[in-house]
Amino acid sequence: MLTDLTLAEARDGLRARKFSAVELTDAYLAAIEAVNPKLNAYVLVTGEAARAQALAADAALARGDAGPLAGIPLAIKDLFCTQGVRTTAGSRILEPFIPPYESTVTANLLRDGAIFLGKANMDEFAMGSSNMTSAFGPVTSPWTRRGDNRALVPGGSSGGSAAAVSARIALGATATDTGGSIRQPASFCGITGIKPTYGRCSRWGVVAFASSLDQAGPVARNVEDAAILLRSMAGFDPKDSTSADLPVPDFAAACRRGVKGLRIGVPKEYRSEGMPAEIEALWQQGLGWLREAGAEIVDVSLPHTKYGLATYYIVAPAEASSNLARYDGVRFGARTAGEDLASLYENTRAEGFGAEVRRRVLIGTYVLSAGYYDAYYLKAQKVRALILKDFTDVFRTVDALVTPTAPSAAFAQGEKMDDPITMYLNDIFTVPANMSGIPGLSVPAGLDAQGLPLGLQVLGRPFDEETVFAVGAALERAAGFTALPGIRAGAGAGG
Amino acid sequence: MSLDPATVRRIAKLARIRVDEAQVEALRTDLNSILGWIEQLNEVDVTGVEPLTGGTQMALRLREDVVSDGGIADAVLGNAPDRNGEFFAVPKVVE
Repeated sequence: MLTDLTLAEARDGLRARKFSAVELTDAYLAAIEAVNPKLNAYVLVTGEAARAQALAADAALARGDAGPLAGIPLAIKDLFCTQGVRTTAGSRILEPFIPPYESTVTANLLRDGAIFLGKANMDEFAMGSSNMTSAFGPVTSPWTRRGDNRALVPGGSSGGSAAAVSARIALGATATDTGGSIRQPASFCGITGIKPTYGRCSRWGVVAFASSLDQAGPVARNVEDAAILLRSMAGFDPKDSTSADLPVPDFAAACRRGVKGLRIGVPKEYRSEGMPAEIEALWQQGLGWLREAGAEIVDVSLPHTKYGLATYYIVAPAEASSNLARYDGVRFGARTAGEDLASLYENTRAEGFGAEVRRRVLIGTYVLSAGYYDAYYLKAQKVRALILKDFTDVFRTVDALVTPTAPSAAFAQGEKMDDPITMYLNDIFTVPANMSGIPGLSVPAGLDAQGLPLGLQVLGRPFDEETVFAVGAALERAAGFTALPGIRAGAGAGG
Repeated sequence: MSLDPATVRRIAKLARIRVDEAQVEALRTDLNSILGWIEQLNEVDVTGVEPLTGGTQMALRLREDVVSDGGIADAVLGNAPDRNGEFFAVPKVVE
């Protein structure tokens, strides 16, 4: 069926006029109707607008002036502002918000002819690793453990995007990654996701969480699809002062490069105690595949890895407490009345923010407050410099690093909810790339004993996503990962 | 370092988030657990290390100091919970 095609296959089929963009879009809208009630991956489906975009794509294909993504149906994480289409960031406080503008990343996708199926669910303000913190209800993973029907999490914060792509109710999706929010859900859902280098994709029009860490990227069926999407999403934007004024390479071409002669580093600090043996085994297997493909495997050290998470949980909440100050119930978003202006602010923010967001805003406020700034925030910025130096040093001798993406496979909804730190530990392998701004990709490499996907992470030099894609594609070819989740388009009524 | 209830209330006030008395103790436990965990950074010697302030090592650009947008009051006010003509409306601040 049409929803089984990869993005590259669908693109070629559309160009060869084997099927129309309207047919492809209708197939996805029907799949969403059948499957989304089980997953809650979409918080808003924009079927009518999608059909109009599909008609325009068919016209462009007929004229022969179609963009590189003409007729490709995507899900858009609800963190990207979409003009005239509600954008909530998974929060009650933005429930009534209809942006009068389009984010640069989604505008780039529209420029290239993409079709938007709707807005994908997510952890509130992208704060979470489970998609349990969304004000619009959790997302259920399309995967389940063998012989166990318990609902699992898709990971987070881009849980709706990852679940939609995995269940084949979107051909690809936009996502964002502040501490692992693209890579960890990609790993949990058995798909590919890349957080590009900080500055590669514009942050303009993306609801801000932690501005020095936030970076947009795609989640997709496979490495080549992710490369095609990233090429359209990326690019210089004068409206984002940290946007990189660099040409955007042909990432898909880089997927075909191979790894012969590349030096791949294996950071010993990622061999964490308590990591499941099957993740360790899969990691070794991945390194073996790369060695067979002609790469040289080198042991390296990133000595400050263990401090990445603690540093993150100072820097990210500090920036969030500042960014989220704008939600005051005055200019946009929800308002809860108060007897005076101060109580209007306090009531609006108490009712509008969920528990995890309140917790992080309070931590951030504390670490930035008078008398504590040097002890927490300044200290964290200095440790952050050491984390970057670790990477700068190793990238003098290796071309890329390969590690596990996450310390576990997907867990059940409601697990790891007892104290915040247990949940935070999910991001232990992904956070260092955000602290240092380097690109990181997760590629599905195998299943655990319970039948759940496990991802491997490829890290690369700043603005060298091409090598990251080359290594990711080599792992993908060797892994031959073809497993599918039980809940997906076309899996039948029992699915 | 451990937060006392008064500090929790003070932080909530600074953050403009209403915290009911009944929530203070649970919040205090959560925040103390996070802050206690963060203390591990004390082991790191940062003598002589310059703080890393951003996600990019590139210099920020300058742009022309020109008006590039404006005259769209209705779009700006379109999402306001309450408005009065071309102004955002809030409860009375000055008697």
